[in-house]
Amino acid sequence: MTIQTDKSTSYTEPGIEGLVADWSSDRQTFDLPWGKLMMWIFLLSDTFIFSIFLTGYMNVRLSQTDNWPNPSEVFALEIAGQHLPLLLIAIMTFALITSSGTMAMAVNFAYAGNKRKTVILMTITAILGASFVGMQAFEWTKLIVEEGVRPWSNPMGAAQFGSIFFMITGFHGLHVTAGVIYLSIIARKVARGDYEKKGYAIVEITGLYWHFVDLVWVFIFAFFYLW
Amino acid sequence: MSETAGQQHPIGIYLKVWLLLFILSAFSYAVDLLHVEGYLRWTLILIFMFLKAGLIVTIFMHVTWERLALKYLLFAPLIAIAVLIILMAMEGDYTFMTREIFFDQ
Repeated sequence: MTIQTDKSTSYTEPGIEGLVADWSSDRQTFDLPWGKLMMWIFLLSDTFIFSIFLTGYMNVRLSQTDNWPNPSEVFALEIAGQHLPLLLIAIMTFALITSSGTMAMAVNFAYAGNKRKTVILMTITAILGASFVGMQAFEWTKLIVEEGVRPWSNPMGAAQFGSIFFMITGFHGLHVTAGVIYLSIIARKVARGDYEKKGYAIVEITGLYWHFVDLVWVFIFAFFYLW
Repeated sequence: MSETAGQQHPIGIYLKVWLLLFILSAFSYAVDLLHVEGYLRWTLILIFMFLKAGLIVTIFMHVTWERLALKYLLFAPLIAIAVLIILMAMEGDYTFMTREIFFDQ
């Protein structure tokens, strides 16, 4: 079977061959490096996953008749006798936003051909991401060990709180962890000079993933921690 | 956009967006710190959330500078999510109502 990818003839081919030809030309539909398009499609599917998680959370919270635990109090920290609501979450938010900023600059320097600055900024991004995961591990430990929150019950109120919390932040934390690994691998390959001939679109693709992780956190922060 | 000359923009725009994201995050944290309650709280949370999300998607993820074909690919499917949210909000309300009736008896 010969596949026609030329635009002028692809729409005249009948049957299966025509179908294949039409879809083969989708590289011309989207004028992007293929890896970037694939990343966008992956992120779109991930958007659906997180949207479904958050919609499920909305549904559960609307329909429960118990008291929903106040996140502002659940995630408060006592530092030197001072009661600080949501402090750790605020620090985590700023860590993630800062990492998004460094990532955006890394993409810029990559396209400008500045390898050294790209690697440094990507490394800072990965370190900030790792510290985010570390703080999340601390938060989980505190909640499980000190507050006695379980996926099926908790002492503060509605039992659904635990399952929603562990599922949504756990899935997000998994994404951050994967992102840190992804960033480290790409940063190492950039440093080694693997992309000198191919071009630095890969840094932008990695950046898209990283910004998406930050984007999801914006929604989790608003709907889970602040609502 | 070929593979060699990708998205390149003045660095200043990233720094400005970065600063804006910091300020907006501080604002949304302040909503909680200052104990703003009720509809004002929810409105403010949503405004700051959408502003932050918008800045990340349009500037950091470069969607502003992408072609319309990609924008449609990214935003048209979100209609399905909006429909799901509306349906599940209605369903949640209904379940709450039936539970209230059941527990009152």
